[in-house]
Amino acid sequence: MIWSKEETLSREEMEALQLERLKETVQRVYERVEPYRKKMDEKGVKPEDIKSLKDLSKLPFVTKQDMRDNYPFGLFAVPKDELVRIHASSGTTGKPTVVGYTKGDMDVWTECVSRIACAGGAQPSDVAQICFGYGMFTGALGLHYGLENIGAAIVPSSTGNSEKQLMYMKDFGTTLLVATPSYALRLAEVAREIGIDPQRDLKVKIGLVGSELLTDAMREEMHKYWGNDMLVTSNYGMSELMGPGVSGECEYINGMHINEDYFIPEIINPQTGEVLPEGEWGELVITCIKKEALPLIRYRTKDITRLHYEPCKCGRTTCRMENLSGRSDDMLKIRGVNVFPSQIEEVVLSVDGLGPHYEIIVERDGYSDKLTVRVELAKATDSFKELEAIEKNVRSKLKIVLGLDAKVKLESPNTLARFEGKAKRVRDLRKES
Amino acid sequence: MTVNQLSVFIENRQGRLGEVLKVLKDNDVNILSISLADTTEYGLLRLIVNNPEHGRDVLLEAGFSSMLTEVLIIKVPHVAGALQNILSLIAEKNISIEYMYGLSVESEDASIVMKTNQLDLACSILKSGHIDTMTSQEIASL
Repeated sequence: MIWSKEETLSREEMEALQLERLKETVQRVYERVEPYRKKMDEKGVKPEDIKSLKDLSKLPFVTKQDMRDNYPFGLFAVPKDELVRIHASSGTTGKPTVVGYTKGDMDVWTECVSRIACAGGAQPSDVAQICFGYGMFTGALGLHYGLENIGAAIVPSSTGNSEKQLMYMKDFGTTLLVATPSYALRLAEVAREIGIDPQRDLKVKIGLVGSELLTDAMREEMHKYWGNDMLVTSNYGMSELMGPGVSGECEYINGMHINEDYFIPEIINPQTGEVLPEGEWGELVITCIKKEALPLIRYRTKDITRLHYEPCKCGRTTCRMENLSGRSDDMLKIRGVNVFPSQIEEVVLSVDGLGPHYEIIVERDGYSDKLTVRVELAKATDSFKELEAIEKNVRSKLKIVLGLDAKVKLESPNTLARFEGKAKRVRDLRKES
Repeated sequence: MTVNQLSVFIENRQGRLGEVLKVLKDNDVNILSISLADTTEYGLLRLIVNNPEHGRDVLLEAGFSSMLTEVLIIKVPHVAGALQNILSLIAEKNISIEYMYGLSVESEDASIVMKTNQLDLACSILKSGHIDTMTSQEIASL
């Protein structure tokens, strides 16, 4: 099912629509968002200079740093009283990235998620269980509104308590699962442990997974546990841009269709900022062209992908982005949560009794990610109480900053590797076989 | 009255204990008693040695987290109930024992190493109860 006619516009129609919306957005941002106006003035570009889509490349980029520098509402283009929703995502300095929505933005968001849900096979008759954490994170509520909009019955079960999740799934006849790929696999694992065969005892036939990279190996695992007839699609978004709904795969698993009438994608060389030709790998840059509260222009996503413009067999003509191949910086995605090594470093440095060296280890534990932080004792002790207090202190601070449970490993001084130049403090052992 | 014990933090990793012992051996530090308490991830190695200061220094140099801790070494006669008598004196004064372990020395008495919270008070209680403790000099000469 294709939700909107905009998904099947011809290239000319789409580009005309994009140009019109881009011009409006740039004009409005220039008038209302002082930090961006300054950037444009510094580059010597005026709203009138945007005459074609190609002129987009004249505009300055917006980065996560700009969002932090203008915390909380500095990049907003509407007065605060027009907001109807505020979300936030984790930030590296303890300060989160704040995003806001007007009534109109909520409608756009709902529309975009409805489209990607339909592309992923959702129907009005579906019982959709949303196993994303509800809260400041945009994932759960984004999918919630979009799926409700197409008429599915929402089971907002959030994360955790897997056994209860499975009980709902069984008793309510859940047909559609929203989760991170790792949690979807974890659920299947728990199901088996408690004697539920996901393929025989459950009716889940659609998996809308996101917030984490879905590799081919993971998709295969999903099929192994949930059945070969399950349609597993991944979708993409980030709170800065809106949340989920920027793009999503259709049943042909042929790249994620971008909602191009709302988001203009570009691929750039992350080092030089130069726009790369169609089909080349590089950093994804997105311009929001129909957002009111936070219309980010040329936002650097740091995600590495490439774009394809040929129409898809599904009938959609929108541009498709390939599954991400990594990040252009060092951000880790652990159990769906963005983690920056610098956040962990701050915690380690703030705890008495520890040295400044640390190592972050991310592993697969079954189908979930396991985070271990190795730290060095700076001060000798003869007391287990003291050692436990240090461990607990690090763990609880990590939990506050990252929202993740981590294992803390105390080590003797001089155990961890020392580096000259750039330190390599992260060991990501989640290798795909 | 009190004696310096050598405390060393060690990770639960194969060969880690051996590394500590090798440093002590190479530096002529003689171990008189040893206690190893552990959790799943790490342990604390507690040692009575002939030269604890030197032991600490060489271990620190070798990159171990080590320190000296004041403990009592109490002589316990080879009689039924001897240890209980001593402990009840201490318990009466609400002193809590953090840990204890045995010290094997060839003599008429057995000895135990004990770490308590109020060390000075514990000392004076033992003294007034005419219970012998070992001194650092005695330990060093063993």
